[in-house]
Amino acid sequence: MTEPLLEIQGIHKRFGGLHALNDVSLSIKRGEIYGLIGPNGAGKTTLFNVLTGLYQPDEGKFTFNGKDLFRQKPHVVVGSGIARTFQNIRLFANMTAKENVMVGRHVRSGAGVFGAVFRPPAAKREEAAIHARAQELLDYVGIAARHNELARNLSYGDQRRLEIARALATDPTLLALDEPAAGMNPKETDDLKKLMEKIRKDGVTILLIEHDVKLMMGLCDRIAVLDYGKKIAEGVPEVVKNDPRVIEAYLGVAPE
Amino acid sequence: METFIQQIVNGLVMGSMYALIALGYTMVYGILSLINFAHGEVVMIGAMVTITCINLVSSIAPGLPGSLVFTAGLLMAIPITMVLGFSIERIAYRPLRKAPRLTPLITAIGVSITLQQVAMLIWGRSPRSFPAIFGEDAPHKLFNLDVSITNIQITIIVLAILLMAGLLIMVEKTKLGRAMRATSQNPEVAGLMGVNINTIISMTFVLGSALGAVAGALYAANYSRADAYIGFMIGLKAFTAAVLGGIGNLAGAVLGGIALGLIESVGAGYIGPLTNGFLGSHYQDIFAFAVLILVLVFRPSGLLGERVAERA
Repeated sequence: MTEPLLEIQGIHKRFGGLHALNDVSLSIKRGEIYGLIGPNGAGKTTLFNVLTGLYQPDEGKFTFNGKDLFRQKPHVVVGSGIARTFQNIRLFANMTAKENVMVGRHVRSGAGVFGAVFRPPAAKREEAAIHARAQELLDYVGIAARHNELARNLSYGDQRRLEIARALATDPTLLALDEPAAGMNPKETDDLKKLMEKIRKDGVTILLIEHDVKLMMGLCDRIAVLDYGKKIAEGVPEVVKNDPRVIEAYLGVAPE
Repeated sequence: METFIQQIVNGLVMGSMYALIALGYTMVYGILSLINFAHGEVVMIGAMVTITCINLVSSIAPGLPGSLVFTAGLLMAIPITMVLGFSIERIAYRPLRKAPRLTPLITAIGVSITLQQVAMLIWGRSPRSFPAIFGEDAPHKLFNLDVSITNIQITIIVLAILLMAGLLIMVEKTKLGRAMRATSQNPEVAGLMGVNINTIISMTFVLGSALGAVAGALYAANYSRADAYIGFMIGLKAFTAAVLGGIGNLAGAVLGGIALGLIESVGAGYIGPLTNGFLGSHYQDIFAFAVLILVLVFRPSGLLGERVAERA
């Protein structure tokens, strides 16, 4: 058994009186696609925000790749190898597709103010490398031709792809996708599934929130179910699907 | 006609300085949505420190050519002003990052008053004259007309153009510029891309202060003097220029600055004849603030600003 890539234990997050995450523990293995499901308001996105440093958890343990990331800032978390996309697309709307991806390279490149003002050869080489890598990633997600388009002018599906390319630009070990298939038609969803399988094959572990049950069942190695901030089930898709607690959370209790 | 051309020249000179300062306002606004009312005082400190540094340089190494002394003094004053801008953000604004927007605004006014008082303690209340390092700066005749322009004025225009072009290229083409734009569009997501937001905000203040220092030095050179009070009016004018161009928009700040300089200067040239001598050219401030009112009423987003502020 290899050591888990990501491990959280007893995570709590409260917003005033709301206990958004209540003693959540889970561990994700290297190379798997790990699904996170649950009814609306169950705390899935809150968990994502905790895992990416946007929210500071109140209690718990959070280690990633052998590193303690409890209450770390977002740019530290992303530097350690966790990247994410958003449920509601959050691109830099007034920058081009390529520039969006180039911002994603920020965490993996060095030259700062000095480089920006005096432009030594090293900074120029780095800039060229950033350009090349960004174009490569646009090609990887299949929107290379639209590199010069402002992000806000891209189609919805392409914006989703661009968010993934931008996240991949940070060279993540774990890619966290928050409802990437939301609002997509079956064809787009299918393409997305293929993209995720390709990403996994290239060595990136995936954490996925999604409501499309069919997609989740076909794609995930393991699934965890959240309800009212608590993890109520975890396991391979077939088992989780038939777990009475999960059915209850989604459909309510069947009358006796 | 010659009066008109002369006023255009004067307007370009004033406008270049407004534009440099307006960039400082607009950069900070673009990233923090904060009107940094202390920026005018940063410009003033830049002017005063430059004068002190120039005096220092000429006393250490007398006999150097004027342009060299000026450059040396300016290169000493810029880092000092950068540190000032950095410290203002770090001490006065960063602790209020999550406070309601009115709080840092009031703080900015407080910082502004504090800086003015400190400047009075250091340099006194009476004006400091700009050292006569350029000798007799005899005006040149432009196009063989009765239109004059001094060497300092030419320097102002050229230097301002170089700095503004440099800034725009940096923001469009470099990694730091990209990070600044990303932060201004969505700080949270920029953080998730590995951009250290605090560093970017500090850099914004540092760069804005550097431009402000240059503007302050040029202002002092142009008027041959500076005092602790100049920051208030020049700050207000530059703020007006930033609003005119569309606050948060860099090209807008440049355009707004030049436009305001021209409006003010041409207005001042003709206000006498127009009011039959009732108002003299010292009423030129009327134009700047009339412009501010008109912009706020008819096009609050400014010349180049977007109509709707977009914020995620």
